[in-house]
Amino acid sequence: MSLFDLRIQEIHNRLAHKELAVSDLVEYSLERIRSVDGKIRAFLTVDEEGARAAARTLDNQMRDGDNERGLLFGLPAGIKDNIVTQGLRTTCASKFLANYRPIYNATVMDRLNRSQSVTIGKLNMDEFAMGGSNENSGFHPTHNPWNTNHVPGGSSGGSAAAVAAGEVYFALGSDTGGSIRQPAAYCGIVGLKPTYGLVSRFGLVAFASSLDQIGPLTKNVEDAAYVLQAIAGHDPQDSTSAKVDIPDYISALTEDLQGLRIGIPKEYFGEGIDPQVKEAVLAALRELERLGAVCEEVSLPHTKYALAAYYLIASSEASSNLARFDGVRYGVRAEDADNLLDVYRKSRSAGFGPEVKRRIMLGTYALSSGYYDAYYLKAQKVRTLIKQDFDHIFERYDVIAGPTVPTPAFRIGEQVGDPLTMYLNDILTIPVNLAGIPAISVPCGLVNGLPVGLQIIGKAFDETTVLRTAYAFEQATEHHKRRPQL
Amino acid sequence: MSISVKDVEYVADLARLELSEEEKKEFTEQLNAILQYFEQLNELDTEDVKPTSHVIRMANVLREDVVRPSWPLDQVLLNAPDEEEGQFKVPAVME
Repeated sequence: MSLFDLRIQEIHNRLAHKELAVSDLVEYSLERIRSVDGKIRAFLTVDEEGARAAARTLDNQMRDGDNERGLLFGLPAGIKDNIVTQGLRTTCASKFLANYRPIYNATVMDRLNRSQSVTIGKLNMDEFAMGGSNENSGFHPTHNPWNTNHVPGGSSGGSAAAVAAGEVYFALGSDTGGSIRQPAAYCGIVGLKPTYGLVSRFGLVAFASSLDQIGPLTKNVEDAAYVLQAIAGHDPQDSTSAKVDIPDYISALTEDLQGLRIGIPKEYFGEGIDPQVKEAVLAALRELERLGAVCEEVSLPHTKYALAAYYLIASSEASSNLARFDGVRYGVRAEDADNLLDVYRKSRSAGFGPEVKRRIMLGTYALSSGYYDAYYLKAQKVRTLIKQDFDHIFERYDVIAGPTVPTPAFRIGEQVGDPLTMYLNDILTIPVNLAGIPAISVPCGLVNGLPVGLQIIGKAFDETTVLRTAYAFEQATEHHKRRPQL
Repeated sequence: MSISVKDVEYVADLARLELSEEEKKEFTEQLNAILQYFEQLNELDTEDVKPTSHVIRMANVLREDVVRPSWPLDQVLLNAPDEEEGQFKVPAVME
C-alpha cells in the first residue's frame, strides 16, 4: 500500500507519534515523481528545494513540541500551473509565460500554506486552461496513468494524472467548463468544482471570469472535503468572492442517504453516450437507491444549447482577459519587433498556441461591433434558461446525478484538428459552470481498463449535500480503491 | 452568417495577432464550422429573457478609499522583458 493511500487522520497520527516525518512524505513524493513522471509527464516544475525546506520547517515545528497542526499538515500538494505561486515559475503551460515568476501568491496558496500542506510543484494543463486533453499544453502532453496512450483529460490533466499516479497526495485544479471533473473522471479520481464565488479566484490566471472556479482533485471524497475546507471562504481581494458562512464539510460526511431526492436528467443519457459508460452510471444510481436515495427521471430541456452558449461566453471573456499578455510587463517578448504594435502582435503570435489563438479569434469576433447582440448577448440569455432549468429541478430534488463525461478517455491525437468534436467531451460538465453551481465527479467503474465518473450536482453553496452523496456512494463501493498499474 | 479570410484578417488585427496564410485559411474554416454550430441558439426565443452575466446575486463591492502600500518597484520589474530607470521599456510608440 502506498503511503498516500493512508487517510489524513492516519498520517497525522503517525506524525504525532513520530512514526513518520513530513520529510518522509515529501521524499516519497519526489521519489515517485522520479520513477513515474517520465511516463506520465504531469509536472512542469518540481520544486525539490522548496518542498524539502518546507518539510524541514514543519518537522522542526513538531520536534519543538508545537502540536498545533494545520488541516493539511505535511501533505504533498501539486498545483495547476495557472495558480500563481510566489517565486515559483507559473506558466499556464504557455510558451508566453515560460519564464514567469510571480511576485505574489494566489489566495488559495496562502490558505494552503496556512493549512501547512507542502507544495511539490506545478502541474501541466491545456494552455491557459483551454482544452480537455492536455494536448494543448505549450510544452508537452500528459499521459493517462491507466493507459499512457490515452489523454488524462483537461484542462487540469496534470493535476488529475499526478494524483492518480500517486505523485502527490492532492492537487488543485480549476474548472471553467469541466476542467476539474472531466480529468478526474478520466483518471479515476475525485474532482470537485465548488459553487462560483466559494473559493477565491485571486491569483488564478483568468480564462473566463464568470465561470472559472478553483477546486480540489483527490483520491477520495474525504480528502476533497479537507482541501475544500482549507481553501473556501470570502476574500476581499476577489470582488466576486461570496460572503457566506463556511460549513464543516468534513463532519458532514455521513453514509446516510435516507430520503435524499436525486433527479436524473434524461438528456444526460442521450445521443453520444458510450453504452458501457451508461451502464456503469446506471449501476451507480441503483447503488444510491440501495442506500436510501430516491432517484427519479427529470428533464433539463436546454442542455443541448449549453455547449454553444458556453463557447461563446468563455471565448468572449477569454479574448478580453488575454489582452493583458502584450509582452510589455512580463512574458516572452518577441525580439524582432520594430515598434510597440509589433511587440504586441509578434509576442502574442509566437507565444500562444493554436487553440488559444482560435478562442481569442472566436471571442474577438463575437464581441466585435455588429455581432455582440447576435452572439454574446444571445448566449447570456441562453445561460439564463440553462440556470432556470436547474432552479426548477432543485425545487423538488436535493441533487442531480448522471455521467461526468459521455465516454472514457480518448487516445492521444485522436481528436486533434477537430475542435468541435473535442468540445463535445464537455457537454455534461459545462451546464454546471453556466449555472454557477457545485458538482463532483467520483469514480464509478472501468470501461476497457479506463475509469468512468459519476457526476453529482448540487444547489448553489450546498457542497455538503454533494459531498455527502458522493461519500456515501464511495464508502459503499470499491471503485475509488483501484489504482493504475504503472 | 459566414466569415471570409478578410474577416479573419480584420479580427486578427483587433486581437493583435499576426496569422500565417495557413492559419488564416484554417481559422476561416474552423470558425465557420463553430459559428454554424452556434446558429442553433436561434431556435430559442429569448425575446423576454434577461441575460445572465453573473450567477450569484451581489451588489457593487466597495472598499474604504484609503492609501495602501503597493508593490516595491524592483519586485514589479522582476519579470519585465526590458526596463530602464525603474520603468518598463518598449520600442518607439510613434514614428
